Amino acid sequence: MSLVFTGICSHAPGITARADLAPPEQRDAFYAAMDGLRRDLAASKPDAVIIVAAEHFANFFMNNMPAYAIGMGANYSGPIEDPDWLKIPLRKQAGAPDLGKRLVSEMLHTVDVAYCEEWQFDHGIIVPLHLLDPDNEMTVIPANINCQGPPLTPLHRAWAFGEAIRRAADAVPERIALIATGGISHWPATPDSGRINEAWDRDFLDRWLANDKDRLLAYTDAETYRDAGQGGFEIRTFIAAAAAAGGKGTLHCCEPIPVFAVSCTAATMEIV
Amino acid sequence: MSLYQLSKLLYVLNRDDGAKAQFQQDPGSFADGFDLTGEERQAILDHDIGLLYVLGVNGQILMHFAALCGIAWADYLQMMRDGVEKYGPVRAGLYAMTTALDEKVAGL
Repeated sequence: MSLVFTGICSHAPGITARADLAPPEQRDAFYAAMDGLRRDLAASKPDAVIIVAAEHFANFFMNNMPAYAIGMGANYSGPIEDPDWLKIPLRKQAGAPDLGKRLVSEMLHTVDVAYCEEWQFDHGIIVPLHLLDPDNEMTVIPANINCQGPPLTPLHRAWAFGEAIRRAADAVPERIALIATGGISHWPATPDSGRINEAWDRDFLDRWLANDKDRLLAYTDAETYRDAGQGGFEIRTFIAAAAAAGGKGTLHCCEPIPVFAVSCTAATMEIV
Repeated sequence: MSLYQLSKLLYVLNRDDGAKAQFQQDPGSFADGFDLTGEERQAILDHDIGLLYVLGVNGQILMHFAALCGIAWADYLQMMRDGVEKYGPVRAGLYAMTTALDEKVAGL
């Protein structure tokens, strides 16, 4: 039928793994925002949810690294991390192979996406899913943008990827929701973990909420690395979501929480 | 220096339960499946997080190895800092430490 919902959120493993170590007020504000996102997502009654993530060497490695990938599996498992470490139990999530195939077929007209019939969810997908689909009721189509191992896809191609998602979603009879997950500035899993450039995050979110394409695509990777760390490369997922939705955004939460390693963010965007 | 092979070992270990079992049973023979330098091999066998970081292993792979070795988050972050102090700056890979050795950013 069409794209019926677009949201973005953080996916840092600390959000669940180290929940007990965060300042309670900030943590609870973020969890409340994610619960709001969960309700809004459910209210859009999606037949399937595309989750665009920036995974971290769970499925994609430097032996064969796609810039873009979409899942066409019948089901998926996760987390790939130790469930006791991540504090998220193992689950098997329903996929949508036929729908995935139709979406990929349409997207290939403009973006060369890899397709995957196997996919193990890492925290990039399972942390949001744990909060947005706690009862494991949703049908998921995972998507990935390589934000980890350079050379990385240029930002304008991430925009084109988002446009392709929108065109493909509008071309199928199903109701499609889109969640893009990532950090803004962060230095994850390094000794610098916990460093957050809040001003940079706020400026990025201003650009995203206004859906200002020119300013969203104006960053060079050198600038992003300098100001926002290697984790900042994950802005690609949020940029794709802006391209797909086309409208203005609403910010529900932006709380910098060092022990979670990111400004914990939840936002939605109007689909126009 | 064979950072790709070292990273590949950790990638395989992180995603494959069979590999985890083999590693835990006979780490040396598991490491022999990869083309490592002596220093890299020893870093794996010693669970030397600091050296692995200095050798250039990406944290997104390394943090799971630390968890597999039973190392808590705060200790994992400190071991990387200690590694830089002991072995010197990150030698290869994509990303070097950007904060000072004694800087406190972890929120812990």
